[in-house]
Amino acid sequence: MTVRLPLGPEERDVLRRLPQELLELLKGGPDEPALRRLFPPAYASEETNEYEDEYRQLMGSDLVERHRVALQTVLDTVDARELTEEQAHLWMIALNELRLVLGTTLDVQEDDEELEDPNDPRAPAYGLYQYLTYLQGWLIDQLEP
Amino acid sequence: MDEPGVDDVTEPDRPWVVIVWNDPINLMSYVTFVFQKLFGYSKEKATKLMLDVHHKGRAVVSSGTRERAELDVFRLHEHGLWATMEHDK
Repeated sequence: MTVRLPLGPEERDVLRRLPQELLELLKGGPDEPALRRLFPPAYASEETNEYEDEYRQLMGSDLVERHRVALQTVLDTVDARELTEEQAHLWMIALNELRLVLGTTLDVQEDDEELEDPNDPRAPAYGLYQYLTYLQGWLIDQLEP
Repeated sequence: MDEPGVDDVTEPDRPWVVIVWNDPINLMSYVTFVFQKLFGYSKEKATKLMLDVHHKGRAVVSSGTRERAELDVFRLHEHGLWATMEHDK
């Protein structure tokens, strides 16, 4: 199975820039506030703090690496006309990562659809967020069995 | 016969559950897709779990040993879902 990628040059430029920026941010490690949704705690209860520390030590760097691989796949294939199924999966994950970070920064809420004020300083970032949402939704449709 | 306190000692019998929490960013179609992909659930079961997450705020998506639950949590985090694990009550 392959997925055709009908993207324009401006879209490919955006998809070159955003993963690059997030890869830079990831170099700072999982404690960066904007990255908190990429690295949630595994154990919710305080009683299991000990397990949480152990889990972080064991799996923390693996999770950074998995996030990195997905973003790097987008960068490596951003000019491709079609993606393999595996590449398309990683694109879907990478687009989700970008949305999680952008959405956290914008403090997106459940019922948000449009910014009320078109002069809102968040408008450009919000437009990107909506574009990524559209593209991720489209990719999911392509991949669904 | 059960004695008070015995359950605390024989913890291996008490499974760990993996919980996915609602968040405003992950798409409903994506969450359903991830449940199908990671756990091999049918579209119907994955959709039902996703709707539980969406409407009730959380859903138990798998359970088992601590090691198994940690692996599931890791795979969910890899996909950007907000998942935690806890001892079943």
